[in-house]
Amino acid sequence: MKNISNLGDAALYCDFGIEVNKKINSEVIKYFKAIKEKNIQGINNLTPSYNKLIISYDLRITNFKELKDKIEKLDIKEAEKVTNKKLEIPVCCDDSFSLDIERVKKKLNLTRDQILGNFFNKEYFCYMTGFIAGMPFLGDLDKNMRVQRLETPRIKVPKGSVGITEQFADIYTFESPGGWNIIGNTPLEVFDSSKEKDPNLINSGDTIIFKQITLEEYKNYNEQ
Amino acid sequence: MSNNYFEIIRAGINTTFQDKGRNNLYHIGIPFSGAMDNRNYLLANKLVGNNLDLPVIEFAYQGPLLKYNGDKINIAVTGDVIFELKKKDNKIQGNCYESYQLENGDEIDILSTNKSVYGYLSISGEYNVKLQWGSCSINTKANIGSNNGKKFDNGQKINISKINLNQEKKKTNYLNSKVENIRVIKGTNFDYFSEDGKKNFFEKEFIVSKLSDRMGMRLEGPKIENIVNTNIKSEGLLKGVIQVPADGNPIIMLSDHGTIGGYPKIGVVVSADYDRLVQISPGSKIKFKEIELSDAETLFKLYEMETQNLISQI
Repeated sequence: MKNISNLGDAALYCDFGIEVNKKINSEVIKYFKAIKEKNIQGINNLTPSYNKLIISYDLRITNFKELKDKIEKLDIKEAEKVTNKKLEIPVCCDDSFSLDIERVKKKLNLTRDQILGNFFNKEYFCYMTGFIAGMPFLGDLDKNMRVQRLETPRIKVPKGSVGITEQFADIYTFESPGGWNIIGNTPLEVFDSSKEKDPNLINSGDTIIFKQITLEEYKNYNEQ
Repeated sequence: MSNNYFEIIRAGINTTFQDKGRNNLYHIGIPFSGAMDNRNYLLANKLVGNNLDLPVIEFAYQGPLLKYNGDKINIAVTGDVIFELKKKDNKIQGNCYESYQLENGDEIDILSTNKSVYGYLSISGEYNVKLQWGSCSINTKANIGSNNGKKFDNGQKINISKINLNQEKKKTNYLNSKVENIRVIKGTNFDYFSEDGKKNFFEKEFIVSKLSDRMGMRLEGPKIENIVNTNIKSEGLLKGVIQVPADGNPIIMLSDHGTIGGYPKIGVVVSADYDRLVQISPGSKIKFKEIELSDAETLFKLYEMETQNLISQI
């Protein structure tokens, strides 16, 4: 970790660098897990992201200076148990699902087959989850696959949509506004709010492979 | 099944169950939620003799019209709210911060919040709620919480699982303080903005947009010019964080906010001013004042002391 500053009066902003890569992100996740395990009094939320960790606290119990001292003195070096999963996510890229494939073709100057070929022929690393409940931020797409988000975000992105933007892919766990380029849809429940203990299918640190399925397989997926 | 319940004749604009909210779930994408105006939430429970962390009904702008069926029960309304009680042939104007007894067949009609946004309805007892991650709070965006995570609808029943034995009338005087300035600590991307942008932010007035809800408050006014980058690598958000997207119009994150965002953060509203912030209604003016962290911490202590005093006076 490089530096801790304050974000408002009730959060520590821990900076791990400006780049986005697996090494920095693994460091963020290491701190996140270690701090979570220690159950430090006053902390009421931890938000790990690509290269930052935000630690929110209850201002009635602790304050910036006290908590910053505590975090800086923590021994984070201890070996942590690796519990990361490797998951296969089925995705159907039927025209009815790949809402932005034309836009992506134009922006990248690639054919549909090239785009999907690149997309599926890859292992992805989950950097973080959030924005909406359970949404995984996965990377990295190859340099020739990187496209900006939509100029005008959609008001409603359908549940299950798989989108790409810059070096990342994500999955809309439920219908939500959003600006990513949608190229397919998964029939899998990626977030299940009835499971209080582990509602997210994909968690930071997990490895993901996307597997292309046909429309028929998609339709039958939840009937097996 | 409970025999005590409210029948919703008119649900109101955004009527939900809320309590203290959920902790320690940002990392999976779930925000705090909970009552927007925490002080008025606590006072609502105290006025009916409840534990302070019980669920209440939160409403925004126009509240619900409810018909009560069951044994005698006390209710209280907090906020700056205009409401009526209909008892047999009698109609009386209700006062906030005062408990009233409802009998079988009585109605409570919450007409509107007065130059504010949120109000609270408590009962001397417990609503029959489903908890998710320890909280009933309804997050309509993620469909989390009681009532299948949805706001209340016309014709629904709100079941009451328990009525307190003690139905003592309670009352207090409280005036929701009028907003002058909302105090802000500089954000982590404050230097992304031009000198004029920073000056506009702290010196000019903004208008609260109609597109504000429990997730966020959008502001209109002088544009805040970005001279570095209109995007940052997505990172965590908190309630009170003020982001400025490429269009230069600030958005303040509120209790149901997305947990991660990629717009530069110009500032963060101090904790002591959050309850007042959420009550600023669309069309109203808002002005920011910069303060230091140490002052924000002192202000929060004062706010917290005042809240505890108000509670102990009831």
